[in-house]
Amino acid sequence: MARYLIKRILGMCVVIFLVLTIAFIIVRLAPGDPAALMLGPDATAEDAAALRSQLGLDRPITAQYLSFVTGALQGDLGTSIYFKQPVVSVLAGRAEPTIFLSLFSLVIALVIATPIGIYAAYRRGSLLDQGAITTAMLAASIPSFWTGLMFQRYLATDLGWFPASGYGAPDASFVERMGYLILPSIVLGIVNSALILRFTRASMLDILGEDYVRTARSKGMTERRVVLRHALKNAAIPIITVIGLTFALLVSGAVVTERVFNIPGMGNLVVSAVLRRDYPVIQGALIVVASLYVLINLLTDLLYLLVDKRVKY
Amino acid sequence: MAAPSAASPDANFLALLFSRRAVLLALIVFAAILLLCLFAPLVAPADPMKMSVRARLSPPGGDFLLGADAFGRDVLSRLLYAGRVSLMIGLGVAALASVAGVAFGLLAGFFRRLDGPISRLVDAMMAFPDILLAIALVSILGGSVVNVIIALAIVYTPRISRIVRASTLVIRELPYVEAARALGSSTRTIMFTHVLRNILSPIVVQATFIFAYAMLAEAGLSFLGVGIDPKTPSWGTMINEGRQYLDQAAFLIVFPGLVISVSVLALQLIGDGFRDALDPRLAKDL
Repeated sequence: MARYLIKRILGMCVVIFLVLTIAFIIVRLAPGDPAALMLGPDATAEDAAALRSQLGLDRPITAQYLSFVTGALQGDLGTSIYFKQPVVSVLAGRAEPTIFLSLFSLVIALVIATPIGIYAAYRRGSLLDQGAITTAMLAASIPSFWTGLMFQRYLATDLGWFPASGYGAPDASFVERMGYLILPSIVLGIVNSALILRFTRASMLDILGEDYVRTARSKGMTERRVVLRHALKNAAIPIITVIGLTFALLVSGAVVTERVFNIPGMGNLVVSAVLRRDYPVIQGALIVVASLYVLINLLTDLLYLLVDKRVKY
Repeated sequence: MAAPSAASPDANFLALLFSRRAVLLALIVFAAILLLCLFAPLVAPADPMKMSVRARLSPPGGDFLLGADAFGRDVLSRLLYAGRVSLMIGLGVAALASVAGVAFGLLAGFFRRLDGPISRLVDAMMAFPDILLAIALVSILGGSVVNVIIALAIVYTPRISRIVRASTLVIRELPYVEAARALGSSTRTIMFTHVLRNILSPIVVQATFIFAYAMLAEAGLSFLGVGIDPKTPSWGTMINEGRQYLDQAAFLIVFPGLVISVSVLALQLIGDGFRDALDPRLAKDL
């Protein structure tokens, strides 16, 4: 157990180190002089030289890499060219809507997908099962931004059920701000429910085929009890896994959904950063999100140990 | 499931593939979309670039079956031409990611010393959400059709690589590989003749899904305005262009969205069909 933990944590450190390296390389891959690119065509040679030394681009590449990695490990992801502020605080300033959008949509997706997935597995082959699978596949095929635009037009603009876009006035209260996230969360929740539904159904099918389920049935236990007492408990594990897996999907979805609904979150920030050639912000967002993904997946693996006593490492 | 027959494996594969109505329907629909877009110059009712002030935002019906956009250009014709770009990107990404993924996966599966580094690299690449990594790559490479293909291929290569590695690890321990080795086959022969040929089915299945994901990702990048040149019509850029007119002319967005969804759905069904037909053991669900 302790050995497994150490191994996993070491593995995670290696992966995070590689994440940093990849993020470093991606930005260095930019053709031409990054400083000139960032400043645009009107910049003078002196401006470019000043920015180069500010960014440390005039030092040898290995020195740049070392200071980048040591900085990142201490929570220093560089300075935004556009905001002239540390990347970490720029990202943190935009984190609130992204975090709540992701959380709400995850809850919505779980609330939609897990009961349907379990019921579909239980009534395998029924009309409801086939309908659920087809709907899930359809939901996974529709671009999330398209669903977002449609909902925005028909549910927000035409019917006026939800605010159409934005995140409230700068002095809007927390509750008011969250109100702006309802429709985007529904959109993102629907998209993410597809994966969770398929996953829950598949793992429930596995469990329903297990020996102990047959034993419970042959003891004369009612189907309801079999499903609720025996199968459901064991379905917790795959549901935990899928939360880890959907994280990447949630973030990708949030980037696009924030753009649709004009929510000033991290996704919108990254897209604007691309248009402004603010590379440190793009790099910082990549590092933060990928590190979170690695961390969340480590945590879900560790949760296994707590939930399922059979899992031994 | 079909009973084992004496027919050739290929005929068996097709029989299995076509035995599911949904898959057959998906194949027909996808082939139709592919052909219509391929022969766009022959079937398109109008020049996709021809502007007309009077036709501005004409609703569907009449002279313009699917309406006209803000420049009075025929939406149906634009959809057909745009499909060529979107499908080419999907296909290009699937092909490029497969080749690169097979190379990395085989190396990792065959050479123990390379396995650690390649697998960790794959883990790290897969930690980046696909759209975010694609945005970063396109922002560096610049937005052209080729660069979007390269960026998305980089994003999806790890998925293929992971599957190829896993399959290689299983197959290289099988008796026939051992036999080939005992008979003096070189590592290269074993890799390409004995292993690669036997892991083609999971690769084809995964490549079909990547085709679908890549089309969704292209649409997403174009929607965000960080994909291909907005002047090149693709299904994604059409939605991006139409967005301004969401309240007056939603059809500008509805139709491209529908073709993307239908194509992606068809590809996913085809992928599922391939998986079940190529490896009936995997066909336990659905």
